[in-house]
Amino acid sequence: MSAYLAKRLGIAAVTLVLASLVVFSVLEIVPGDPARLMLGMNASDAQVEQLRDQMGLNAPLIVRYLDWIGGLLTLDFGRSYTYSVPVIDLVAERIAVSLPLALVALTLSTAIAIPVGLYSASRRGEAGDAVAMGAAQLGVAIPNFWFALMLVYLFAVWLRWVPAGGFPGWSAGMWPALKSLLLPAVALALPQAAILARVTRSALIEVLNEDYIRTARAKGMPYRAVLWRHALRNALIPVVTIMGLQFAFLLAGTIIIENVFYLPGLGRLVFQAITQRDLVVVESVVMLLVATVIAVNLIVDLTYAIVDPRLRSRS
Amino acid sequence: MTVPAQLPDDGVAKWIGKAFANRSFLVGFLITLTVAVVALVSFLWTPYDVTRLIIADKTQAPSLTHWFGTDHFGRDILSMIMVGARNSIAVALVAVGIGMGIGVPLGMFAAARGGLVDEALMRLNDLVFAFPALLSAIMITAIFGPGAVNAIIAIGIFNIPVFARVGRAGALSIWPREYILAARAAGKGKAQITVEHILPNIANQLLVQGTIQFALGILAEAGLSYLGLGAQPPMPSWGRMLFDAQTRMVIAPWMALVPGMAIVITVLGLNLLGDGIADILDPKSRRRR
Amino acid sequence: MSLLEIENLTLSIGEAPILKGVELSVTPGEVMGLVGESGSGKSMTALTVMRLLPHLSRMAGRVTFDGIDILAASEDQMCALRGDDIGMVFQEPMTALNPVKTIGEQVAEGIRWHTRASRAEAEERARAILDRVGLPESKFPLSRYPHELSGGQRQRVVIAIACALKPKLLIADEPTTALDVVLQAQVLDLLRDLVAENHMGLLLISHDLAVVTEMADRITILRHGEVMEAGDTARVLSEQVHPYTRQLAQASVHVPARARADPPRKDEGPSAVPLLRVENLSRHYPGRRLSLFRRGEPTNAVDGVSFSMMPGQSVALVGRSGCGKSTLARMVLALDRPSSGEIRFRGDALTGKSEADLKPARRDMQVVFQDPYGSFDPRQKVERLVAEPLHVLETAPTRAERREMVAHALHEVGLAASDMDKYPHEFSGGQRQRLSIARAIITRPKLVVADEPVSALDVSIRAQILDLFAELNGKLGVAYLFITHDLTVARAITDEVMVMHEGRIVERGKTGEVLDHPQSDAAQELVAAAPDLHRAIARRLQEQG
Repeated sequence: MSAYLAKRLGIAAVTLVLASLVVFSVLEIVPGDPARLMLGMNASDAQVEQLRDQMGLNAPLIVRYLDWIGGLLTLDFGRSYTYSVPVIDLVAERIAVSLPLALVALTLSTAIAIPVGLYSASRRGEAGDAVAMGAAQLGVAIPNFWFALMLVYLFAVWLRWVPAGGFPGWSAGMWPALKSLLLPAVALALPQAAILARVTRSALIEVLNEDYIRTARAKGMPYRAVLWRHALRNALIPVVTIMGLQFAFLLAGTIIIENVFYLPGLGRLVFQAITQRDLVVVESVVMLLVATVIAVNLIVDLTYAIVDPRLRSRS
Repeated sequence: MTVPAQLPDDGVAKWIGKAFANRSFLVGFLITLTVAVVALVSFLWTPYDVTRLIIADKTQAPSLTHWFGTDHFGRDILSMIMVGARNSIAVALVAVGIGMGIGVPLGMFAAARGGLVDEALMRLNDLVFAFPALLSAIMITAIFGPGAVNAIIAIGIFNIPVFARVGRAGALSIWPREYILAARAAGKGKAQITVEHILPNIANQLLVQGTIQFALGILAEAGLSYLGLGAQPPMPSWGRMLFDAQTRMVIAPWMALVPGMAIVITVLGLNLLGDGIADILDPKSRRRR
Repeated sequence: MSLLEIENLTLSIGEAPILKGVELSVTPGEVMGLVGESGSGKSMTALTVMRLLPHLSRMAGRVTFDGIDILAASEDQMCALRGDDIGMVFQEPMTALNPVKTIGEQVAEGIRWHTRASRAEAEERARAILDRVGLPESKFPLSRYPHELSGGQRQRVVIAIACALKPKLLIADEPTTALDVVLQAQVLDLLRDLVAENHMGLLLISHDLAVVTEMADRITILRHGEVMEAGDTARVLSEQVHPYTRQLAQASVHVPARARADPPRKDEGPSAVPLLRVENLSRHYPGRRLSLFRRGEPTNAVDGVSFSMMPGQSVALVGRSGCGKSTLARMVLALDRPSSGEIRFRGDALTGKSEADLKPARRDMQVVFQDPYGSFDPRQKVERLVAEPLHVLETAPTRAERREMVAHALHEVGLAASDMDKYPHEFSGGQRQRLSIARAIITRPKLVVADEPVSALDVSIRAQILDLFAELNGKLGVAYLFITHDLTVARAITDEVMVMHEGRIVERGKTGEVLDHPQSDAAQELVAAAPDLHRAIARRLQEQG
């Protein structure tokens, strides 16, 4: 294993441990006794104390932290106070909504942005470039939840092509489920696509000014061929970086978008859990999301090494 | 434009001339200026009082008396947009200030010290970046209670690593320059070099990043107040207005349209301004976030 | 018949006129040298032939290559010519190759594009041409990436790309400017052989009159986009009819008149305290980390160097790039810490001192860098920039005193006192180097370390700056440590030369003696490779009888 990969893996592991400490300690200082919340105001102090013991809330901090980590590692996330079901079941059910949504949105955004960026860079300064970048400039400025509202108004209220919100569940069939994810995915994807298209274009244009592009053109290759064969791969590093960041944005974006469309996803789960002080759910889901972001960053780092031989150090 | 024959410092005059010849800058500057003026005017005057609820006037379509219509409590939407503007600007501006004020010194410090200090600070940055900003903002506001101040803190915290990164990258690109070596050969210490040479030379990049984060701050504030975690009623905010509009979209679409357009225009203006500044200061590199 | 014929070529980019009626021709098998100072339009002439000019370029006149009207050719026609019939080699080998593609891919790419050869076939041909340019398969397989090669090796790859299809015309734009003299000689030899083998025409562009004289059959001298003189190399340079030709030739071999001729005074003898004494100095860099538990071999940038300098002495430190001379200079300036060894400045040890304790030494020790553009903070005015070293004075001067000192320093380097209110970008390259020198002498130092102070300058400016160095040496008695790879500079301005090779000083002696009769292998190699205008002209005349 090369030094680069070893370092990246190490960093990811350290970040993950630090993140778990942050999540754990933030939720320690949250006001409100979960036991009291579960039992309601009428419970006696003795009852509350008993429940605290049961829940392990009276154990020393370090023990509780290690218990929690151990649980996470064995997929035992504890029980939700409010839903009274194992958190893992809740999470599994919600991931089935959020993950497809994020993936569809990311795919959609990439599928739009890369070709637009390539098109704009190859026609730099022409009318097509101006129109595409004008649209992108606008897209970057649009808040995704407002865009979602407008989409609902247009396609659900006015044209009645798709449902305005809610999720029938995957049991209702592939198509109805996908159909209800369509508008949310578009709402998430388009503003992100606008950012990505701009990054793709400017990364390409920057690369096109490099000396080696001139070398390639001096070989007799036409501009477009040089763009594809030499510029694109070198421009990938900033593009992949932004895609990694966008995945984190998309995860967070689902919180709002799922609220707009009343989708039973992870974002809505964590939002409701926070307002209901269902801390077991909050810490599990937040940790899950953070771990996902760290994993995606690691994938981005690995992609760098694939794209750029200088990072694959060899003897 | 005409330039007076003699100016005390032709550098500034040239810069201004160049700035207003740049279309992005001009449009962005005018939009930003307008939004700022509207926000300031709202302190002195609004067409209607936004705290008075007149149920009889509820959900009126735009008309001459209410240019942008009224909401479900009969409040004038134009007035609410004006007051909301100052909330958006204040939150985003202070959040940028927090990010710059803490992030930039940290980043420059990391670049100047290098080694373990740098490594540790950058790992800390990675850690903050691992938390999706909006998720953490929700956690923070949920823990400390919703409100404009907590929204500022939440957004501000996530500006810190952004500015730390820009400050560090900028400083690292300046440190190997020969004029820094010359300053070191003149016996200047790292702190003095950072203040005298590094900071003025990365100010441009910071300014551009500042406008970007300002725009993102406005979007984030709208998101938080849409979720009910930003400014609390009766203080109007653009995000909250969108939340109220959502269930009434069929009967009063303008309630959703107007605040949304306000956000889009403001953010667009700031982004254009940032692009324009970047263009003018360095036409060769149009770096985007 | 001419292979390339340029007639009355005019070029402008945007509003700026670049070329005004340029005439030039290259016949098959001939080397045409195109010489000019920066901004003369020589690179733009080459890019016009390739039709790779920046946007907004407007051309007029006539460029004919092998019967084809280049200015009227379509982009498709140009693509067919480029890389096949016309090859081009660029100046900067470090950035001319795509970092994410192997050298094999990059050489084979053009072959496949033009000949529609199969991958295997193209790779076979790529192997052959790389072998020809001195990168044999056994040591440099096709799967190597550019970052695994040195600058000289990369330039060979670029030449291989340009010559892969045996073009009729090869254009080389400052192909050796970024290389040290030894590599330069090797690459020039390679180009000369390739031209002879394939009967190519070569358009060699250079700012270096000596290089062009050694290489070119005919020469064209360009200035401000206009041809000053053109013709047979030997004749043009031996007769030097045109005043600009004469000016260039004289500037290239300029030796400043030096006032002082008294080397370290004899009466002080060996007991006198040397200004600078370096003892057994080393600087090691840890090897690159290869994996979690393995590091590469540490490199010894400077390896057990000892020498001393007397007050007022001017010493050159010469060597190939990467020999450790800049690292040594930085340690002398206390900008880098030695791994071991000792530096004494006027008898006081510099090593291991804190920044505060270094102040007195810093006052007497200043620096001039190579790059006249990078050595000034673009956001400060000249007054602050030149006054920067005053920071080390014990008592800070008042504002008026400071302005007075800056004005005096500017005057000494031939600039006006009113220049102190300008920004550095308002000065030309040569003027900036004067500013650099003003900054270096403002504290009246005893030692100035100059790291390649004239290598980024045009020859005529270089001559003026060398004069200035010589004048200040005589007037102020300041000692110089001149770091350079250019032996003409060393010859022009120094009393003694130290030759550095792979971190060690391998030879030291009087400048004339070392350069005329080098003893060590490293010094002999340097001297043999260094282009020399007089020698080149003599050889040309001799060849022609």
